[in-house]
Amino acid sequence: MTSVLAQLEIRERTDSCVADDGFCPDWIADNLDRYVDPFFEHVYLTLVAVAIGFAISFALALVAYRRRWLINPVTQVTGILYTIPSIAAFFLLLPLTGRGKTTALIALVSYVLLIIFRNVLTGLDNVPDEAKDAGRGMGLTDRQLLWRVEVPLAVPEIMAGLRIAVTTTVGLATLAFFAGAGGLGGQIFADITFRSNVVVAGGLAVLLAALLDGLILLVQRGITPWTRAVAAR
Amino acid sequence: MSTTLAFLGEFGNAIEFIFNEHESPAGGARVGGLSETWELMWEHLKLSGAAMGVACAFSVPLALWLGHIGKGGFLAINASNVGRAVPSLALIAFFVAYLGVGFTNLVLALVLLAIPPILTNTYTGVRQVDRETVDAARGMGMTGAQIVRRVELPMALPLIFGGIRISAVNVVATATIAPLAGVVTLGDPIINVNTYGDEGRLAAAIVVALLAVVTEVSLAALQRGVTPRGLKLDRREATT
Repeated sequence: MTSVLAQLEIRERTDSCVADDGFCPDWIADNLDRYVDPFFEHVYLTLVAVAIGFAISFALALVAYRRRWLINPVTQVTGILYTIPSIAAFFLLLPLTGRGKTTALIALVSYVLLIIFRNVLTGLDNVPDEAKDAGRGMGLTDRQLLWRVEVPLAVPEIMAGLRIAVTTTVGLATLAFFAGAGGLGGQIFADITFRSNVVVAGGLAVLLAALLDGLILLVQRGITPWTRAVAAR
Repeated sequence: MSTTLAFLGEFGNAIEFIFNEHESPAGGARVGGLSETWELMWEHLKLSGAAMGVACAFSVPLALWLGHIGKGGFLAINASNVGRAVPSLALIAFFVAYLGVGFTNLVLALVLLAIPPILTNTYTGVRQVDRETVDAARGMGMTGAQIVRRVELPMALPLIFGGIRISAVNVVATATIAPLAGVVTLGDPIINVNTYGDEGRLAAAIVVALLAVVTEVSLAALQRGVTPRGLKLDRREATT
């Protein structure tokens, strides 16, 4: 009986450090290449899931911003999707979408919807009335007001949501191997008692989360120069 | 049972698995059925409850105190950001590799997972209490401990329970991978699919999903319940 989740032997137990489940710099240096593919699978899963999730929830938030009655139903539906543990979601989707990246992505996307939707909406709601009035006074139409005043002023809040979404997704994507989508979690699972393996695979996931988080922060600083001017004063 | 649920396909088989025993695909043992489902769920709840209990007992008093004296805000607020960046699977794998498997070690790992949202929310909850309210309490002659217990704690309760809710749902979800650390929870049919078969795995996924939703909904109700009446009135005025 073979299982897709069968524990793989990823090491030869000739070295005493390796045989004792130790943290072995030599083994890590020699075996770093086995983490490269899972790492990039992880990057792919995270970026694609957050990008799709962002597109859907940003659009939903823009619609709900004008049609307020939509806020409650959207929050409730995305709230349930957010609550369902992703590991359960992977297997609930399996009979419908099969093993692979699609299943993993659907589950990951459904998880970030609430986070981004809530933050975009809060950002738009917090735009000062004075700024909107000034925009209207300059003769902007509703559409122009949205894209030139409201959305730009909501950027810090939107980006904060994006940062939460990205770090959370990196974490959840470690479970995507259950859906047959690879990623660093598969490596962790392959040999969970071997310290060298756990530290490298887990460390790479933490590193990726920190890296993407920092990257979004940099982008935010770049596209909202006015927030820096205020902070500097 | 199996005939009535046949139209649901694999989901029907999975639901049937929850209620009726089956022969294990690996041979020998009988798996599934209501008594085994209960057993796994009980272990799942015991593990989650223990972790949440320790996490609350540690982080609520600490954050109340930090919030009261207005120090350690950087730590309390960034705890959540750091906590989110560490994948739960990596955290549990780390504990297994360095401390070994077992109930106690796993509870410790889940406690670490549960602390950040409670810490951050409690701290924020205390700090957002109107300083004038605190001054008024002090003017009435309340001591520091009285202010914490009778002013800051009640007003921070909705946020504290918000944090507990986030942690609890996360802990219930993460307890699913507990079998990796040798604790047999509802995640067992998911991880040991050879013993339970595909329908057992799907059944476990259904039960875990339901458990998480029930946790969320009941804690949300509790959160509304503990919100002081004064705060509710306040909010109603603010929204209208």
